[in-house]
Amino acid sequence: MRRARTFLPEFAVLLTLIIAPTVLNPLGFSTDLLTRVLNWGLIGLGFDILFGLSGLLSFGQAAFYGVGGFVTAYLLVSGTIGSVWLALLIGTLAAGLFGLVVGWFAVRRVGIYFTMITLAFGQMAYFIENSLLTTYTGGENGIAGVPVPVLGFGDHAIRVTAGLPMYVLFAVIFFVGYVLARRIVRSPVGAILIAIKQNTGRVAMLGHNVPAYKLTAFVVAAVYAGLAGGLLGSFQSYMPPDAFSIETSGQLVVQTIVGGAGTLIGPLVGATVWLWLRDNLQLIPGFAVLWKLVLGIAFIVLVIGLRRGICGEIAHWWSDRRHQAERRADEARTEAIEAHNIDAADAAAARRRDIRLPLAQPATADGDVALEAQSLARYYGGLKAVDGVSFNVRRGSIHAVIGPNGAGKSTLFKMLLDEVRPTSGEVLLFGERISGAGVSRAAQLGIAKSNQLNQLFLDLSVRKNLRIAALARSRGPLRLDLLRPADSIPDVEAQIDSILSLLDLVERAETPAHVLAYGEKRRLEIGMALATSPNVLLLDEPLAGMSPAERAATCAFIRDIARVCTVVIVEHDLDAIFGLAERITVLYEGRLLADGSADEVRRNQAVQDAYLGGLHAHEPA
Amino acid sequence: MPSWPVLASQAFNGLALGTLLALVSSGLTIILGTLGVLNFAHGALFAVGAYTIFVALHYTSSFVLAILIGCVVMLAVGVLLERIIIRFFYDRPDEDQILVTYGIGIVLVECLRASFGGNAQRVPVPSWGQGATKLGFLIYPTYRLQLIAIVAGLLIGLYLVLYRTSMGLVVRAGIENPGMVGILGINVRRAFLLVFAIGVVAVGLAGMLYAPVIAVSPDMGANFMAQSFVVIVLGGLGSFPGAIVGGLIAGEIISLTSAFNSSYSEVMLYALMALLLVLRPQGLFGTEGRA
Repeated sequence: MRRARTFLPEFAVLLTLIIAPTVLNPLGFSTDLLTRVLNWGLIGLGFDILFGLSGLLSFGQAAFYGVGGFVTAYLLVSGTIGSVWLALLIGTLAAGLFGLVVGWFAVRRVGIYFTMITLAFGQMAYFIENSLLTTYTGGENGIAGVPVPVLGFGDHAIRVTAGLPMYVLFAVIFFVGYVLARRIVRSPVGAILIAIKQNTGRVAMLGHNVPAYKLTAFVVAAVYAGLAGGLLGSFQSYMPPDAFSIETSGQLVVQTIVGGAGTLIGPLVGATVWLWLRDNLQLIPGFAVLWKLVLGIAFIVLVIGLRRGICGEIAHWWSDRRHQAERRADEARTEAIEAHNIDAADAAAARRRDIRLPLAQPATADGDVALEAQSLARYYGGLKAVDGVSFNVRRGSIHAVIGPNGAGKSTLFKMLLDEVRPTSGEVLLFGERISGAGVSRAAQLGIAKSNQLNQLFLDLSVRKNLRIAALARSRGPLRLDLLRPADSIPDVEAQIDSILSLLDLVERAETPAHVLAYGEKRRLEIGMALATSPNVLLLDEPLAGMSPAERAATCAFIRDIARVCTVVIVEHDLDAIFGLAERITVLYEGRLLADGSADEVRRNQAVQDAYLGGLHAHEPA
Repeated sequence: MPSWPVLASQAFNGLALGTLLALVSSGLTIILGTLGVLNFAHGALFAVGAYTIFVALHYTSSFVLAILIGCVVMLAVGVLLERIIIRFFYDRPDEDQILVTYGIGIVLVECLRASFGGNAQRVPVPSWGQGATKLGFLIYPTYRLQLIAIVAGLLIGLYLVLYRTSMGLVVRAGIENPGMVGILGINVRRAFLLVFAIGVVAVGLAGMLYAPVIAVSPDMGANFMAQSFVVIVLGGLGSFPGAIVGGLIAGEIISLTSAFNSSYSEVMLYALMALLLVLRPQGLFGTEGRA
């Protein structure tokens, strides 16, 4: 039953594709119009993985549509290749390859820059087609006489002619494309892409190779566009040059927004609306030139008010209704925790927990020193935030870094996992150099950090948050397992379950992170770092904002963690620190003030002056 | 190897195109830098500018008066767009801003198409710009020469507004750190309105001044917008000097390449952008860390 529900969207799409020619015909949808809609829907599947899933808004998809189309059409019309299927395959691969090249440039930049670069490369492709390669592409004339595909051989061969046969071909290809796209969305890669959209920085910090995953989405989108382009030539027996134009890219974006981004079928629905409006408004006298104006105004209204688009709003309403009871219960629990300041963690505080992480920790060399900072310095212009700090963290210890505000603790911490690159000096993790390698590589080498300000994937459930972290350890920086379900890796699921019970969040596993109470969010933040099975765990002010009871519970928790990995902690709560840490490093104005055991540091005169200085040294009591 | 007169004439063409791109891009870049909004309606506004002077010249025979009328129209368009739509998008994600301005672009272009039809219109060269001027070994259309001078003047004017007035100081501070400017008690929103309007007038002026040189059609702005994106990537996001230098470089590259082989001219521009993205991703005048 559950399995059937899982594949409900596939069944619905299949049914719609089967009945569409009959049911939609009276509404003004000719078979050819439907085929055209499917062609747009096919590009849209890839585009939605890029934009809806990964949040990368490309205005250059026409480039790949055009490359796929013109390569296929040229191979066929020039007689280089006889089989339409083979030509389609080559055209699609060519589009994917071009996507790899353009994407390599584009994914280096984010947000506005990404959109501008994709649009510019789209225009470049248009000019290459339209001026540089006119001998092959026919320039403004396009390529005429593209043959239709043939099924079977010899006398039994069936030519896929215009009309219903062509619709069936497009419907089959779209359906296969849809099933594959759904698999990609549900794969580990899909999960990571969704996380990238929500918080790119955190995904990198967990050890995933973010640019490579973005590039993957980019190439997938290019492949879908290329396939659709190749089919277009066969469908209308003509490859038009405007497949490359900037309007094509724009139309795709508009259709996706109208239909609903992040739903996979949204672009198809959007294309249905667009093409139907175009064909039918033009029949109304006086409306011939106004159809696009109507569409433009509707588009603006959608962006302002109904940003989820048609399918997105329906899906949202549907899941809202279905999960309303659960959501209310989740929120009620959050309110109860925050109102009474009670938490499951309090009860668990006394209990000593044995931490067992099913995923192996990264291999490390032997040695007593886990982490070594060698004369680390970071300057911001003239400001020396950290100025030549060296210290060692012993393996298996709890090591604290303290210092008054502005001492450089946070900058130092960020340098320890190469989140901030040192101006000079370096950090060694079990003798291996981390500085300069980048934060993802550092995470893969076995160092993780929980942040001072929570960096959660707020719209994802607690379980999915942890999964993104655990996947980084089990799969390494990059693996393209596009077709396996994300929740099908036994070790990863075991890791998540074990951490859920450690965090006392078992009952909250399916709750979206943004619904959690503050204390729970803090625990999840630490849990995500822990889920990467680090050798060294950095905790940046883990007690910030917590009630005394929560502090006690968290301190006990940190002690438990310290039995499986080395812990380095930055904290303002000195009582907690002196209770926890075996060794303490004290920073003052960017320099190392003291470094030693908790007792040595407590007795150190310079430390007392730095902290209590004003009062003790200058104001006799 | 093309002859020297051809090269020289292409260099002038490059200057004319370059100043045009500089003006279009500086409008785009000050809006982007200050408001954080990538204005996808910029190409459409270029076309609106060109049609404004096309209409204005039906009512007056004076080109200068027509330009002044056009500026007032563009100012009104800019203020209306900002008040009615754009200002509600400052706090929304980048992609929403891009989408809504793209939608505005569609509506503007379609309004032009509905009012004037899709065919290209001609705007006459003003009476004082007729004919050609002899420049040593080169004969060059007079209006284009004047154009270079006029646009250079406008860019200097824009520079003075941005760098020599207190309003400009607020705008430049807003580019650096919009939040801080607000904390200092300056009404950022009013500066935003002004910047958006100035950006719109700048691109509208570019459209008006170039209307006599190019065919005026509803879709005329699309390619200019793509090129001005390249200019901004070249010059650095939100950088006014970057927009000017980037614009001139882009104009010269397109024109000089076409002296050798015109089919490479546009492609060369994008190739340069790709190269710069690898060597200096933040652009010529951009600073590391912005976007």
